[in-house]
Amino acid sequence: MSTRSVVPFGPHHPVLPEPIHIDLVLEDEKVVEAVPSIGFVHRGLEKLVEKKDFNEMVFVAERTCGICSYMHGMSYCAAVEHVMGVEIPERAKYLRTVWCELSRLHSHLLWLGLLADGFGFESLFMQAWRLREKILDMSEASTGGRLISSVNKIGGQRKDVDNAMLHSFVETLNQLEPEIRTMVRTFLEDSAVRSRLDGVGVLSKEKAHDLGAVGPFLRASGIPFDIRTTGYLAYGDIDFEPVTSSEGDSYARTAVRINEIFQSIDIIRQVVAKIPDGDVAVPVKGFPKGEYMMRVEQPRGEALYYVKANGTKFLERMRIRTPTFANIPPMLEMLKGCQLADVPMMVLTIDPCISCTER
Amino acid sequence: MSLFSFAKTEFKNLFSKPATRPYPQQPREYPERTRGHIENDMDVCILCGLCSKKCPTGAITVDRAGKTWSISGFSCIQCGYCVESCPKKCLSMKQSYTQPDAQKGTNTFVKPEQPAPAKPAAEAAKPAPAPKPAADAEKPAAVPAVPAEAAEPAAKQD
Repeated sequence: MSTRSVVPFGPHHPVLPEPIHIDLVLEDEKVVEAVPSIGFVHRGLEKLVEKKDFNEMVFVAERTCGICSYMHGMSYCAAVEHVMGVEIPERAKYLRTVWCELSRLHSHLLWLGLLADGFGFESLFMQAWRLREKILDMSEASTGGRLISSVNKIGGQRKDVDNAMLHSFVETLNQLEPEIRTMVRTFLEDSAVRSRLDGVGVLSKEKAHDLGAVGPFLRASGIPFDIRTTGYLAYGDIDFEPVTSSEGDSYARTAVRINEIFQSIDIIRQVVAKIPDGDVAVPVKGFPKGEYMMRVEQPRGEALYYVKANGTKFLERMRIRTPTFANIPPMLEMLKGCQLADVPMMVLTIDPCISCTER
Repeated sequence: MSLFSFAKTEFKNLFSKPATRPYPQQPREYPERTRGHIENDMDVCILCGLCSKKCPTGAITVDRAGKTWSISGFSCIQCGYCVESCPKKCLSMKQSYTQPDAQKGTNTFVKPEQPAPAKPAAEAAKPAPAPKPAADAEKPAAVPAVPAEAAEPAAKQD
């Protein structure tokens, strides 16, 4: 048996946009164990419920993550609305669905770019981000912010988007779709790209289930589990199937995310076709009392929002469990037995979002 | 599996215009809703202080004695909460972003003196309008909005 050595991976590493540290225990070039340590960007957002009232906390929740910012704000609002027994108007539900899917689109395109950058294909990275920019322009035109939308409030949405603008979004997406198809062909078919992804970081269906993987990481291992199928917001009226793959390797995870891009475009088309007219917010009186656990499907997987309120304007407790937090144990399992050179690619394919993990 | 699957995009790229904008020569056109920075129309503002109470980051300071309204551009998160809660609708969200700066300063707006000295003849006929804004300034801060909100949690807690 060869001697073991420990190689630190991160917190600063070219493939990591955010800091996570993993101690890789190696035997020659083979990883036998991976020990993570997180906490480099802990900000104590959950503690802020003691200082910011439940309306102001929307803005804090939005800043949990820079990428799925809209979904964080939306989940927090939905959790508090459930506690208060507020039913938001139908139009607000549909608008939330559109914005959720827009943020899924830009998040997946961002990740594709980072993946291309991870295996050193810089022009492909630029192409992915060029297309993502069009999605961000849509976000800015409708919410006023490219990433931080600030359109959520308890009881609905702060801004309405008129039908003309929604149809123009669908028009833009129709033009964008063939461009994305051309771009993703390189990810799915190019032999150089395939050599970095095929068979790298296989996670079996059983392990993915037992270790609690979520999101595209779980679906790439063959489990068709998507919280959107429970029908929160307007997803109950939309026709879609969770995208899955049976391979469980890095290529499967890439393919699942790519197919989810087209699924999101299709969902936006359906939502815009069905969106009802009406108000986008209802007035909310009083203070929340009770507790609720909200589950939503974020681009990286299932997020939990736990809210406990005691009838004052400050919540008693807020707890966020983000998808990357759930994906770290299966990722460590996946790293066992791989080659050191494949570690960056494998860490990247879970789409790690460390800042929201550490809150 | 294929070789050179990126070649078509690459050739197209060589003969097309850049996707980016030559920034300083061609400035960005902002969409109508862009949240850039907050401005205050001090002619309308009654210095009620509701915006500073609503601001989630405490970026707004209202000095009623000095008749100034100031906002810290580095604390403001451009959420637009103050614009929504303004009773006189004097606050507005402008599209352009604030300029970078070496020091964290505040942007202060000073309320102009109300009895306009330029047209005393027109004002002399009806002396009431001059003190009226001052009376307005007292009311919203003191009577309807703030105590209603402050009193409710106390009642609920009991």
